Amino acid sequence: MMENNVKDPKVATKASNNKEDRFQGHDYYNIDELLNDDHLLARDAVRSWVKQEVSPIIEDYSNRAVCPTHLFKGLADIGAFGPSLPAEYGCGGMDEIAYGIIMQELERGDSGIRSMASVQGSLVMYPIYKFGSEEQRRKYLPKLASGEFIGCFGLTEPDHGSDPGGMITNIKDDGDSYILNGAKMWITNSPVADIAVVWAKDEEGKIRGVIVEKGMEGFSAPEIHGKWSLRASITGELVFEDVRVPKANVLPNVKGLKGPLSCLSKARYGIAWGAIGAAMDCYDSALRYSQERIQFGKPIGQFQLTQKKLAEMITEITKAQLLAWRLGTLANDGKATPAQISMAKRNNVHMALEIAREARQIHGGMGITNEYPVMRHMMNLETVLTYEGTHDIHLLITGMDVTGLNAFK
Amino acid sequence: MKLLVCVSKTPDTTAKIAFTSDNTALDANGIQFIMNPYDEWYALVRALELKESAGGSVTVVNVGPAANDTVIRKAMAIGADDAIRVDAEPKSAYFVAQQIAAVAKGNDYDMIFLGKETINYNGSEVGAMLAELLDLPFISYGTKLTMEGNAAVIERDIEGGTEIVSVEAPFVVSAAKGMAEQRIPNMRGIMSAKRKPLKVVAAVDCEDPVRVVSYQLPDAKSAVKMVDPENMDELVRLLHEEAKII
Ligand SMILES: Cc1cc2nc3c(=O)[nH]c(=O)nc-3n(C[C@H](O)[C@H](O)[C@H](O)COP(=O)(O)OP(=O)(O)OC[C@H]3O[C@@H](n4cnc5c(N)ncnc54)[C@H](O)[C@@H]3O)c2cc1C
Repeated sequence: MMENNVKDPKVATKASNNKEDRFQGHDYYNIDELLNDDHLLARDAVRSWVKQEVSPIIEDYSNRAVCPTHLFKGLADIGAFGPSLPAEYGCGGMDEIAYGIIMQELERGDSGIRSMASVQGSLVMYPIYKFGSEEQRRKYLPKLASGEFIGCFGLTEPDHGSDPGGMITNIKDDGDSYILNGAKMWITNSPVADIAVVWAKDEEGKIRGVIVEKGMEGFSAPEIHGKWSLRASITGELVFEDVRVPKANVLPNVKGLKGPLSCLSKARYGIAWGAIGAAMDCYDSALRYSQERIQFGKPIGQFQLTQKKLAEMITEITKAQLLAWRLGTLANDGKATPAQISMAKRNNVHMALEIAREARQIHGGMGITNEYPVMRHMMNLETVLTYEGTHDIHLLITGMDVTGLNAFK
Repeated sequence: MKLLVCVSKTPDTTAKIAFTSDNTALDANGIQFIMNPYDEWYALVRALELKESAGGSVTVVNVGPAANDTVIRKAMAIGADDAIRVDAEPKSAYFVAQQIAAVAKGNDYDMIFLGKETINYNGSEVGAMLAELLDLPFISYGTKLTMEGNAAVIERDIEGGTEIVSVEAPFVVSAAKGMAEQRIPNMRGIMSAKRKPLKVVAAVDCEDPVRVVSYQLPDAKSAVKMVDPENMDELVRLLHEEAKII
């Protein structure tokens, strides 16, 4: 045939005016052999979706600091919202490794896109599933899974980040409803959300989960501008001024900090996998660049200092993959502890950020442009290092776990 | 409408190809495999679209070992109703065509779809052989297929233009780019594919006169020589003496 048969199907993607996304996965230790068909098919599907829908537009949206909100529908259609929650609520019914792999592939595209899915699935759908009444589950989960509703998760406050237990947002009993007052800060998806799972203290000082709906009087969600990181994800505040919330909107089955913390465990687990995606994308780009860029008459990949960088990158990625895989098998057995999840989140995100920085150097001047995904990943990962518990807070969690001594008190 | 779609497994388009030490087979070590894109994106999806508009069923068939089940499951995740795998190494196009013919015989499929070629062998052979074995018409390289009553109107790219043919079912058609658009399976599809029937059948005895003698990689691209635009004599000399094309 006249056409180049290998190229032909590949080019048949939308938005062909953009550079082709040549990403390939990396599996130095044949970890694929530890995965089953569900995992491989899920990875393949999400990778194709990212190449088709995310890669061609992400640099532009990120550059303009606009959230590609049209992708919410696509994320829902592919099944990225709550993939490991039961099928009877319109979710995927998959295992935790499949969920992790989906997050990995989304973050390979962009941490902001992965955040859109993490928040919806782990921080909104999961608490409704885990702590909600059957009525709440039936009311919200199918709509959240199908993307008809977008959700957000309000824990952090302007004056309470790492220390959410000190929150001042509160609810007061008023007959068949509660009156909600306070403010939340740094809330992913909040300006576009239909519902917010908000954590607030009741009159006894116990933290409760409340489902606040868009349009409730006294509730607003202004956008936060000026981010140099996660620019393709929309972030905002949640402001509550005497918002009347029906009692039927309170999550009945949890009281105390363990409510939000168990959601965070779920999301952090996804981030531990997601960060591998960002790291692989940086490594993949750097590896290719090192073979194509000629200096002093040879590919820069032939210089020992470049090889050191690449060798360390693939070593760290491989370690992170093994950590994530083992954590996944523990999670499937219901045995992954919050401290184990904390370790994987910290290690893998830090690993990804270091790799982004090294990969940026390998790309030379080109590395600072949006011709390559590296600088975008690097900037995104600064958020990922901080949200869902900062790097240092996670160090202290491991520290507390191994010493039995609490550094937070 | 009862539709059969033939799908095969090929190395990923980015795979680095190497052969076993005697150069008679692909060295599959470290190679990632995919469903042949022409089968997946065009043949399968068009068959699914026809089923969705007119009702019926889509069965996929593959000739290959159990390791091919991932590819078969992907076809069911995309929407095929069930699958048949002929449990044998797909040794040659003729062997594969005979196996699929054995599956198709007596099953009264209205249409049999396959991709215009596989991206590894680029043989475009199975479809024609299959049609011959089943005594059915064969339309190759279809870029568009629409139904008009019981007849399918199929467009084919030909040198410098398009040919439009009309054919009554049953027939065999090979699909090229344009026939449909890639569908990405979603997580629900992947999970429901587990519950769809995959029947494994033994290969039928058949002749297979073709034997691979050896494979050879194409020559590495030689370096580009720059010739000064003023120096036509040098260009002519190089074309004559080195490239040997004039
Ligand atoms: C883009 C983005 C999206 C976000 N999305 C959400 C969301 O959807 N929902 C939500 O609830 N939150 C969200 N967050 C908030 C995020 O979780 C917080 O930023 C994070 O928990 C840190 O809180 P802080 O920013 O107030 O920092 P602080 O808690 O003020 O921390 C500042 C520094 O002090 C250090 N520190 C604090 N305490 C200690 C200690 N005891 N020992 C040692 N060091 C300490 C921290 O490690 C950090 O380096 C988001 C944040 C960002 C940037």
